Amino acid sequence: MEGVDTVALDDLSLHIEKGEFLAIMGPSGSGKSTLLHMLGFLDVPTAGEYRFEGKKIAEYSKEEIAHLRNKKAGFVFQAFNLLPRTSVFENVKLPLLYSDVKESLWDKFAREAVESVGLAHRMFHEPSQLSGGEKQRVAIARALVNKPEVIFADEPTGNLDSKSGQLVMEIIQRLNEERGHTVILVTHETYTAELARRIVRMRDGKVESDTAVNHRREAKDHFKK
Amino acid sequence: MTLAHTFKTALRGLRVNKSRSALTVLGIVIGITSIIVVMALGAGAQDLILGQVQGLGSNTIVVIPGREPKGPSDAPQVFSDSLKERDLEALKRKSNVPALSEIMPIVFGGDTGAYGSETYRLTIFGASDLIAKIFDISLSEGAFFTEDDVKGRADVVVIGSKVKDQLFGSSNALGQKIKIKNRSLRVIGILAKKGQVSFFNFDEAALIPYSTAQQYVFGIKYFHRFIVEAKSTAEIPQTVRDIQATLREAHHIDNPSKDDFFVETQADLAKRLGSITDNLTLFLASVAAISLVVGGIGIMNIMLVSVTERTREIGLRKALGATENDVLSQFLLESIILTGIGGVIGISFGAGLSFAVSFILSRVLAVGWAFSFPVSAALLGLGVSAAVGLVFGLYPARQAARKDPIEALRYE
Repeated sequence: MEGVDTVALDDLSLHIEKGEFLAIMGPSGSGKSTLLHMLGFLDVPTAGEYRFEGKKIAEYSKEEIAHLRNKKAGFVFQAFNLLPRTSVFENVKLPLLYSDVKESLWDKFAREAVESVGLAHRMFHEPSQLSGGEKQRVAIARALVNKPEVIFADEPTGNLDSKSGQLVMEIIQRLNEERGHTVILVTHETYTAELARRIVRMRDGKVESDTAVNHRREAKDHFKK
Repeated sequence: MTLAHTFKTALRGLRVNKSRSALTVLGIVIGITSIIVVMALGAGAQDLILGQVQGLGSNTIVVIPGREPKGPSDAPQVFSDSLKERDLEALKRKSNVPALSEIMPIVFGGDTGAYGSETYRLTIFGASDLIAKIFDISLSEGAFFTEDDVKGRADVVVIGSKVKDQLFGSSNALGQKIKIKNRSLRVIGILAKKGQVSFFNFDEAALIPYSTAQQYVFGIKYFHRFIVEAKSTAEIPQTVRDIQATLREAHHIDNPSKDDFFVETQADLAKRLGSITDNLTLFLASVAAISLVVGGIGIMNIMLVSVTERTREIGLRKALGATENDVLSQFLLESIILTGIGGVIGISFGAGLSFAVSFILSRVLAVGWAFSFPVSAALLGLGVSAAVGLVFGLYPARQAARKDPIEALRYE
């Protein structure tokens, strides 16, 4: 409502190390998405401070923040957000357009990213020809094409059946373990959250609990050749 | 993002909505086409008029009775009687106007010429024996009148080709007498077909010695014009000053603003007529420009729709690292490409249409109209259409650039 301020995040302090796999859980309205958006440079706190790699985000200009999103962050959304009538290859290439990666490397990077999510055979298909799970894997390829520090995933399995969801989570887990990408995942499914190494539970904009996952599960490895 | 990629992205955005893009472009096409047509026809008209002016040599100076017209609407006073025989004598004196090589007084008017039962409405042109030289006209038969004919007020006439056809048909005209104002004039020459020269159609003219015309046809003792030839183009300004000084002295005028005559060089005339067609063209082009504004509003409207439709795409691009400038240039370029395409199509349509009109004017209506396609109009058209894209695309593009990425991504 206009004129009424809603406090999305309140009295929250969080430290995330490079290479972590963090799951943020909480009921809707708990502020988990807002937190993810702030961590992913999509939103700025009205009060308080966010430091990324030791530097205050408030000190960056709009341009620099756009650059941060491009270079340091890769986003995976619940709704996939692929460009329609645009091939998988072109969709994955999109972040490179805004990057300072040399143009001669774009095709190579995009192809590698598509291959790494197992969609080489879908390279020139359009999103409308793909299943939900495949769409999300394209989105993951797009998120990692710029080799970002952090991959932000907002309910990546929310729109998928469990089998596709599992496959998507396997890829995300592997990105963290094998390539060392920091992964920050928002989910409301305990099953999905337990794939992470650390779970932050939120309620009413506050951190309710912050625990390491003791018995970490491996997403079953359907995907290994 | 590099310009080349922004361009590609913009082009892709347009291709998705082909028919909508095409319809939007149509408004610009119509606007640019009409501007090009107006400008091309304006240039053609100017060429035509200037061609007429140049029918007289470039060293020609015309002395006109009456006050100089102050603006396009202020017509010269043709009926002023300030130029008299003694002015002619004064101007002929070497000591007064040393650089004058020739001077010819003229009187003109319309009247009916009759031969037997045939009549024809003639343009009567009273001149001296210098007329052939000054107007560069030639005869198909017979001879021009001589200095003696002028001195002796001889009843002789040289007729235009059309006059000959109308009054005499195929029979011989030389030596026959035609009646103008109850005065019988003997035909001594027939002009070769010439057409329009300096707004004067010699084919429909009857040329007679000015003395004869003054005395017997018009019944006046003054002249309508003095046509002066300067010895060289370089001496024109001095000649103009000498003519003015001589006539002021003859007319006892101390203050140049009270002149009862004015002197016009061919350059002056060309400039005056040029400015008339320029103004007319400018006026018509501005009317055509209104359609461009309407087209521009169409562009703005469609771009706003497009920005709203593609809110999620904008949010996504920003999340992937597009800066506000990247988004701004993408949408701005879309509208500039739209109007640019409209401009190019409009220019070609305009060129085609003005060629067709020129063709019709020159062939069907037999006007000496040359197709003239001003490159400046094409460049202007392209510039204007791009500018329309820029101006009317800016607002939608800013709307797009300023969208908040999170809200944009949530947009349904």
